[in-house]
Amino acid sequence: MAEEKDFKIPIGPQHPALKEPEGFSVALKGEKILGVEIRLGYNHRGIEKACEDRTYIQDLYLIERVCGICSHSHSTCFVQAVEEIAKLEVSKRAQYIRTIIAELERIHSHFLWLGVAGHEIGFDTLLMYTWRDREIVMDLLAKLTGNRVNYSINTIGGVRRDITDSQKKEILEAVDKLEERTKYYIEIATQEVSIIKRLKGVGVLSKDDALRLGAVGPTARASGISRDTRKDDPYAAYSEVSFNVATDTNCDVFGRTVVRLKELMEAYKIIRQLVGIVPAGAIVIRAPRKIPVGEAISRYEAPRGEDVHYVKANGTEKPERVKIRAPTLANIQAVKRMLEDRFLADMPIVIAAIDPCFSCTDRAILLEEKNSSKKNIMTWQSLRSYSIDWYRKRGIDFSKLSEKIKG
Amino acid sequence: MPIEQDIQNKLVVSFSSLDGKINIPRPRRIFLEVENNIFTQVLEYSMRTLSFSILCTITGLDEGERFGVIYHLANTEGIVLSIKITIPRENPQLNTIIAYFANAQIYERELMDLFGIKVQGLPAGNRYPLSDDWPKDVFPLRKDWKPAPKNK
Repeated sequence: MAEEKDFKIPIGPQHPALKEPEGFSVALKGEKILGVEIRLGYNHRGIEKACEDRTYIQDLYLIERVCGICSHSHSTCFVQAVEEIAKLEVSKRAQYIRTIIAELERIHSHFLWLGVAGHEIGFDTLLMYTWRDREIVMDLLAKLTGNRVNYSINTIGGVRRDITDSQKKEILEAVDKLEERTKYYIEIATQEVSIIKRLKGVGVLSKDDALRLGAVGPTARASGISRDTRKDDPYAAYSEVSFNVATDTNCDVFGRTVVRLKELMEAYKIIRQLVGIVPAGAIVIRAPRKIPVGEAISRYEAPRGEDVHYVKANGTEKPERVKIRAPTLANIQAVKRMLEDRFLADMPIVIAAIDPCFSCTDRAILLEEKNSSKKNIMTWQSLRSYSIDWYRKRGIDFSKLSEKIKG
Repeated sequence: MPIEQDIQNKLVVSFSSLDGKINIPRPRRIFLEVENNIFTQVLEYSMRTLSFSILCTITGLDEGERFGVIYHLANTEGIVLSIKITIPRENPQLNTIIAYFANAQIYERELMDLFGIKVQGLPAGNRYPLSDDWPKDVFPLRKDWKPAPKNK
């Protein structure tokens, strides 16, 4: 009999189980994971450096694109730091609108996560259901801000769009619908035996480890740590609403699911309170182009956990330094611990359970032809034949291969 | 801001050289700059005695002749204590703080890659965040580094 040996397998940076590039080197003994080495940085785009070369208002749009899912988190976190340095008193109305959008973003992000979690454990019906329901909040965000993702609602000194009374009604109607669906998902997640068996005891992170490794957001709260920036270091309108910090003591993927579902219920509560009492007033105040010398650190509870921005201003229209610490960077260090001594097959759901950031925008593409103002919407079919032609012109032709497959 | 004042007083009582170097710009934000020789003591005191048990992140700054390094600590009451030190550009060296904060490793690797600051005492591991083929002596967040002009 051959001697038992442990060996290393690479997973990533490009791998079907990963939604974005990350490299894992997994040391295995049979099915058991002995240790994991993580290589990050494949998504590094030099945004912090690019910010130093652009004006504050340009940076706002750049920073919104750090992440497609929690774009509002990053732009709000940044804009709060800039407003603090410039000593701008943002109106209450603008703060309320920011908070409403923030909670709607949390709802769409948690629905997205629930679907991904379902997919990772082979429960694709849950993915279909939750992503269908997620469209309710996506449509609402598009109506309120003009965009499905990268809402661009923030500007330095306030927000760019007001909320009308009819929109308020639409928000409340959507929240009712989403709440009803969430109650159903809570029932599924806590009663459906296959989900419970697949998620309980998987990806365990003890409270001590979570504290030591600096886990944030739902990952920390599912390990029994009652920590939420919205409560601890309130910003925007969070000090004016009542809500509970959702926690759980299961310390595993099941706990993280429960925490996110509870947070959805809290988000509806927050939105209902805010919509009812949006104060009157201007939505934006004039901000100076040049921001005076100063520094500020801003924190924000993004759907994935605490987001931290540090901004240093030097008196010009461009920042001296912008530093961003996204929640996934804080949580990825705990993933290593969660995977040790576990089975390889648990890896996709354990990684997915911290909800690593990946962007999603899959819509019809609007192309503007050069030298003419004609706009042309491409369907999937025409987009596909366009790409086949594009490759054929460059000498890559798969037509023979596809005939062979057909034959 | 009684809690912030209290923290300031405690720091000044323990480290007399911090008198006048602590800035509280708004509630829940404390900034201070310390001399390198007492940095570890201040960090340990803040963590153990003042219960700033969370390391949010570490920021590097290029200030010309010197590099600034800011350690952003937080406590569970939402107060952020930012402790800044500076090190010479000629010989940028730091000691790791992983003995106090295990999660510091990734932030210290960021300083190494992006500013070229040597962090002593880190265990072997992958670089972060630059790619393996990025030159070893080019540090993009230093002010004298500019990206190559775009090819049109």
